Amino acid sequence: MTWLFDNFHYVWSLTLRHMWLSAVPVVVGFVVALPIGWYASRHKWLGGGLLSLSSILYTIPSLPLFVILPGLLGTGFLSAVNVIVALSIYAVAIMVRSSSDAFGSVSPAVLDAASAAGFSPAQRAFRVELPLAGPVLLAGLRVVSVSTVSLVSVATIIGVSNLGSLFTDGLRRSFNTEVVIGVVATVIIALFFDLVLVIAGKLLLPWTSAGRPQRIRNPLTPMAEFGLRGGGA
Amino acid sequence: MSVVSQAVDWLSESSHWSGDDGVPHRLVEHLGYTAETVVIASAIAIPIGLLIGHTGRMRSLAVGVSGALRSLPTLGLLTFVVTLIGIGLTPAIVALVVLSIPPLLAGAYSGLESVDRQTIDAARAIGMTEWQILTKVEVPLALPLIVGGIRSATLQVVATATVAAYIGLGGLGRYIIDGQAVQDYPQMLAGSFLVVALALVLDGIFAGLQKLALGSRPSLTPSRA
Repeated sequence: MTWLFDNFHYVWSLTLRHMWLSAVPVVVGFVVALPIGWYASRHKWLGGGLLSLSSILYTIPSLPLFVILPGLLGTGFLSAVNVIVALSIYAVAIMVRSSSDAFGSVSPAVLDAASAAGFSPAQRAFRVELPLAGPVLLAGLRVVSVSTVSLVSVATIIGVSNLGSLFTDGLRRSFNTEVVIGVVATVIIALFFDLVLVIAGKLLLPWTSAGRPQRIRNPLTPMAEFGLRGGGA
Repeated sequence: MSVVSQAVDWLSESSHWSGDDGVPHRLVEHLGYTAETVVIASAIAIPIGLLIGHTGRMRSLAVGVSGALRSLPTLGLLTFVVTLIGIGLTPAIVALVVLSIPPLLAGAYSGLESVDRQTIDAARAIGMTEWQILTKVEVPLALPLIVGGIRSATLQVVATATVAAYIGLGGLGRYIIDGQAVQDYPQMLAGSFLVVALALVLDGIFAGLQKLALGSRPSLTPSRA
């Protein structure tokens, strides 16, 4: 505890950095995956291909991906961009499946009714499909958020500082307290992000009990519910 | 792209394919840790998952524990175990086992939950004991999801064992950690390609096993379409 008080500014700056490194991929993942998932739910054949591609991307372990990206992107090895791109890839991979499930869960009868009531395709997508897909999208986002926050720390190994720096530093000095503080702070960020998402869900989707875990329909790759961290870890 | 070709050169260098630091030895190590971890974790998690799925009790506890484990940063757990027990194979395996329990648990209980209630009631009505219901009805029907849990756990362990090279574990992660120590980027890249290839191959094998499990299910045609 004394250590925490003495180094509070250091821990706090790492916390902010950790939050920033994980928030950006979650947002990017959501924005990029939404249209892809929507498309995949409407076009079975190409959609199936997109879903397979996203599950393959999710299979790639994180540390190797952090190492490979600078080679592909031409970014500096220590650049935080590599970490953000890598985590965004995972976020997109999870969210494509969730949003495909989410849009697929909207009943075709409701879509027909909306069209019959005179909604244009765009109006229908934004004012009927998106809200009805909301609860499943939220469930997917919560999975993405938790796994991203816990993955960021791996980036410490390749020299991008965040709360994981407390792990490597604690290990070097055989100082258990520092590691524990890092773990606790990471879990607190994960809980905080989750709380933000749940509150956003309650505000935007007031008609549902927001964020109830949703069943994943495809029995072969139920990765969202399993919290598959294949890439993870 | 020149770094990529340097990594390919690294991989085609014959001296990197023999000895204790050679690719075959590191690959066997990596597979060994993975197998050991998944077997131990399955022995712990699958029976508990089956119990939860069969009785329907303690589900929320299992979901809570899995969720909490999922939010733990892997590197944090690995370094914590080392600062607690010391460096070595055992602490690493302990951490890997802990991290692979959630997907196995979820695979087992959600597998059993996916079984149609009417099928279970029918089994009970024709006089099957609870044990027979579990082993002859529920587990066969839930097999694809149980295998799915093992698939997730395996991929997770392959990835985490790579990170565990940081706390001194062998395996393919060594190329990344050791390469970084001497700023040998081609070696790090070559090691990364090897881990990715391993993950993709194992995922492919498990996808095949899941299809087999799906095909081997007893053909109980449910009444609903």
